Amino acid sequence: MNVLLNDMAEQEKLNQFIARIEAGEKIEADDWMPEDYRGTLIKLISMHGISEIMGALPEKEWVPKAPTLNRKLGIMAKVQDEMGHGQLLLRVAEDLLKPYNKKRDDLMQDLFKGDLKFHNVFHMEAKTWGDAGLIGWLVDGAAIISQTNMLGASYGPYARALLRICAEEVFHAQHGEAIIMALAEGTEEQRKLVQDSINYWWESLLLFFGPPSKKEVGSSKQDVTIKYRIRTSTNEELRQAFFSKYVKRILSLGYTIPDETLRFDKESETWIYQQPDWGKLKVYARNEGPLSQERLSLRRISYENNKWVREALAPKVI
Amino acid sequence: MGNDSLKDIAIKELLLHLADDDFIHSYRGAEWLGLAPHIEEDVASSSIAQDTMGHAAIYYKLLEEIGVGNADQLAHDRPAKERRNAIILEVVNGPGYYMKDPEYDWAFAVVRNYFYTQAKAIKLQSLHTSSYEPLAEVAQKVQMELYYHLMHWKMWFVQLLGSGHEEAVSRMKAAIEKTLQDFAGVFSLGQYGEEMVELGLIEGEADLQKKWIEAVSPIFESVGLATTFEIRMAKGDGRNGKHTEDLEKALETLSEVYASDKAASW
Repeated sequence: MNVLLNDMAEQEKLNQFIARIEAGEKIEADDWMPEDYRGTLIKLISMHGISEIMGALPEKEWVPKAPTLNRKLGIMAKVQDEMGHGQLLLRVAEDLLKPYNKKRDDLMQDLFKGDLKFHNVFHMEAKTWGDAGLIGWLVDGAAIISQTNMLGASYGPYARALLRICAEEVFHAQHGEAIIMALAEGTEEQRKLVQDSINYWWESLLLFFGPPSKKEVGSSKQDVTIKYRIRTSTNEELRQAFFSKYVKRILSLGYTIPDETLRFDKESETWIYQQPDWGKLKVYARNEGPLSQERLSLRRISYENNKWVREALAPKVI
Repeated sequence: MGNDSLKDIAIKELLLHLADDDFIHSYRGAEWLGLAPHIEEDVASSSIAQDTMGHAAIYYKLLEEIGVGNADQLAHDRPAKERRNAIILEVVNGPGYYMKDPEYDWAFAVVRNYFYTQAKAIKLQSLHTSSYEPLAEVAQKVQMELYYHLMHWKMWFVQLLGSGHEEAVSRMKAAIEKTLQDFAGVFSLGQYGEEMVELGLIEGEADLQKKWIEAVSPIFESVGLATTFEIRMAKGDGRNGKHTEDLEKALETLSEVYASDKAASW
């Protein structure tokens, strides 16, 4: 009998919750929420947060190497912003983790164990200054498309964090575009840097938005995130928006895209393209991408080396 | 530069000290990016490194304005022997490379940052009344940002030394000793020091160092450290072009892309 009552009470809470989000209300950290809503948010936001932090590493490689004082200042500011986004998002995730008694340190351990994933693009190598520019221009460009899709998220703290993040990402994309423009208008070697970067990153950019449906990699979170009004568009809609925004820009600079089949089909009003190797998403999720282990190793080394600092700062037990 | 007066040379030298110090100090700070003890610190210290690179850029720009050379060229295209930075600022953060196996020492980072930032604040205070007006103006601007940098590093210094944590305290003490070994290089005004003082560009080395000791002594006392300082220049005077392999390697990284095509627009 009690169980039944509990079930009914739970159902009632759930109904109210669904009614709230359907009315466009924001859910706050201390509000009641269904477990799979909380779980979905934790996965999404901690992955987003840790990706910002891991994403600082490939760009960090180019911070000292940036070729002029202004470029050095620009990329330093950008990478610092990314770290700031990571911090902001991890704080949002930490609030959600409270009922499970988990903290920042647990997220770091999850990262090291491979339970907490980071975005596919940050497993890749940033080999040249062209890559540093392209990351800003197209990777951040893709991120803006995927993140503005969640600006209306039903979870208030995430929506508010995204508002600030997206505003800064626009600057990052402009910073990247400025680097690419300078190279595109430069010498033959400089121009080639950009083409090589496009060729290297193209598949990763398509993978970035996730598979169109469950069938490509066996699972997809997009249905549940749409159901809970965390996002509005599907992965495929976002990828199409990316093509619409960038294909023309890339071609107008005189560059080619490494996909001969890519075309806009007027009848269906969609971009037709060569499907990327979706299996790579699983490879990266297992931390078996080109630089997955190197990047994780950097974080592990710093975690180990700074153990004494954490201990020294820890509150004293009296 | 053959017809330069002694005054021109003194101004140029002083600007190079300031620019080169901040340039290499910012680099050592940027190497820590993503490796700091926690994410909040990564955000804070990368902001400080960025400010510091901004200060270097201001000084290189002043040099450009008086015809010494293009600011980017001055920053990226001068060999180690032409650099004027203090040697302590070029010393590596620890074994390894910033992209591979960086075994960096946070205690050394905190001590060097705190000591240098305090010394920089004292120099800037002195530059407020510099007879070279462009520098006096710039000093005001830079000092506003420095206030926060100093607060930040002082806090770390006091927290770690006052933590009662054995390893933290012993690491910090070792870092203090290591830093002081070469810290006189920061106050050195190099071979044109006398002219700089006579021309009223900046106060003399001994005065700067004395003010630094006065500034850090209460902090040392607050964490129970003795205030008898032996400040040395064990590896030599960077102001006169003496440098180590650490600087050469850093410059290779800092100018890698620039050097791939010096004539190109980046």
